[in-house]
Amino acid sequence: MKLFEAKDQKDTRSGFGAGLSELGETNENVVALCADLTGSLKMNAFADAHPDRFFQMGISEANMMGVAAGLTIGGKIPFTGTFANFSTGRVYDQIRQSIAYSGKNVKICASHAGLTLGEDGATHQILEDLGLMKMLPHMTVINPCDYNQTKAATIAIAEHEGPVYLRFGRPKMPVFTAEDQKFEIGKAWKIKDGKDVTIIATGHLVWKAVEAEEALKEKGIDAEIINIHTIKPLDEKAIIDSVKKTGCVVTAEEHQMNGGLGESVSGTLMRHFPVPQEFVAVNDSFGESGKPHELMAKYGIDTPNVIEATLKAVERKK
Amino acid sequence: MADSKELKQIASQVRRDIVRMVHSAQSGHPGGSLGCADLFVALYFDILKNDPKNFTLDGKDENLFFLSNGHISPVWYSTLARKGFFELSELKTFRQLDSRLQGHPATEEGLPGIRVASGSLGQGLSVAAGAALTKKLNGEDKLVYVLMGDGEQQEGQVWEAAMFAAHKKIDNIIGFIDWNNRQIDGDVTDVLDLKDLRAKYESFGWEVLEMDGNNMDMILDTIGEAQKMTGRGKPIMILMKTEMGQGVDFMMGTHKWHGVAPNNEQLEQALQQLDETLGDY
Repeated sequence: MKLFEAKDQKDTRSGFGAGLSELGETNENVVALCADLTGSLKMNAFADAHPDRFFQMGISEANMMGVAAGLTIGGKIPFTGTFANFSTGRVYDQIRQSIAYSGKNVKICASHAGLTLGEDGATHQILEDLGLMKMLPHMTVINPCDYNQTKAATIAIAEHEGPVYLRFGRPKMPVFTAEDQKFEIGKAWKIKDGKDVTIIATGHLVWKAVEAEEALKEKGIDAEIINIHTIKPLDEKAIIDSVKKTGCVVTAEEHQMNGGLGESVSGTLMRHFPVPQEFVAVNDSFGESGKPHELMAKYGIDTPNVIEATLKAVERKK
Repeated sequence: MADSKELKQIASQVRRDIVRMVHSAQSGHPGGSLGCADLFVALYFDILKNDPKNFTLDGKDENLFFLSNGHISPVWYSTLARKGFFELSELKTFRQLDSRLQGHPATEEGLPGIRVASGSLGQGLSVAAGAALTKKLNGEDKLVYVLMGDGEQQEGQVWEAAMFAAHKKIDNIIGFIDWNNRQIDGDVTDVLDLKDLRAKYESFGWEVLEMDGNNMDMILDTIGEAQKMTGRGKPIMILMKTEMGQGVDFMMGTHKWHGVAPNNEQLEQALQQLDETLGDY
């Protein structure tokens, strides 16, 4: 039996757009800024419904981060929108000084993250953003896995006081989480119990882990699957409790191995309960142009890679 | 309007504080701080009308001030303390471990008067523009003031913010540029010339005024003029001619005192030139 029947294919950025639109109706302090990518970020509905609370920034991301920091002074809750590449590396110092160090309540919303941006190629496919953001003190880092979870996360971060990095993507991916879910920042979601191995996945790789589970079951491996949607603060207890039961772990993410979720998990386990770990992540490489599914296969972050890594992790327990 | 004679006396004390703080820490930036002392005193003792005992980060229904060139923190700290935002004795802790008076202004330690960290240059005008937008969204008629350095104008983000503020008709913002033509490595005109700064801001869609930033009467008059120009669809920039090191003869006419602390002998020489009007901390 399959874990989930994914009925629809939707992009996580549309989940962000839907969540932002809902916030527009429910929270009058929410304002939105976009650096000339309103359509790509699915922010049009908010912009049309609340023109007084939407700021078209033009192609000036550094200014956008500073203006967002300023908007918080007096109680606004700014949501900035641009591609993940331009939301992080391009404006790292602006985020560091004016937002993180200054403790400003800015929600940095980043689309087109990772390889699955596709044809635009490596200039736009940032695979370092989670690392950059998780290193910043005060920053909360979230990478939801599907449309519904992204929508719920968008709504949840408005209620959270402090800077947040919310990462999502461009391609249509299976929608498999509950439509009416409540998103709890920092709380892992155990998708399935298992006893042989813990597979910890974030973002688009969560569905790949779900797909892998079926093949693993046929090979006699009972995998526990955990969705870490909040990279920081990390739900260490959920990870440690699971690994104490299974004795090995696989991490899976659309990100560089250096600085990603896998390293956060490693650090936690090394301090509390060291076990064999295998990493499904991009290994110190830039991406390239291609279709999302082609890129995930070529760079080793697809379902077969999760299966292979899991078999290896289980083998290493012996 | 406050008595400019009284303001000048306060400024003399602020200058003493600056030199003593930087000397005591044996680090910090005296030159720009001395040059801007008159502006800070005018703002905090006349223009802003802030209640120092009820500082809030949100600053609702208050005029706001942002310092973008955060390295001149000594002049800000002294002015805030002299106005009563915190105890004068805290000036002794400048740049020391466990102090709220960080080398560059920060919110992390909760020092009253500071609403955003600054020091990494080029960011303050953006922050001020955002805060000014929030004032508009909240229906407030209060103003947002922001000071930048002239060397800082070399940062690209300044021009993103300048373009944005004019395009969005953010007409409740009054900016200042400390136009002393000095930066760490030398004269601004030698390091990277700004050319015609007035024409630059005017072509970006700003109203531009000029003033002598070391002349208290002119500061008060010019800011008064700028206030009358608010609410007319354009942001306002005041190009403020100052002398780096103003008030201490051997610190003037050079860029060398941008970020250097005086030794004991130099401290004494400096203090001889600055009247102790309010009593040293």
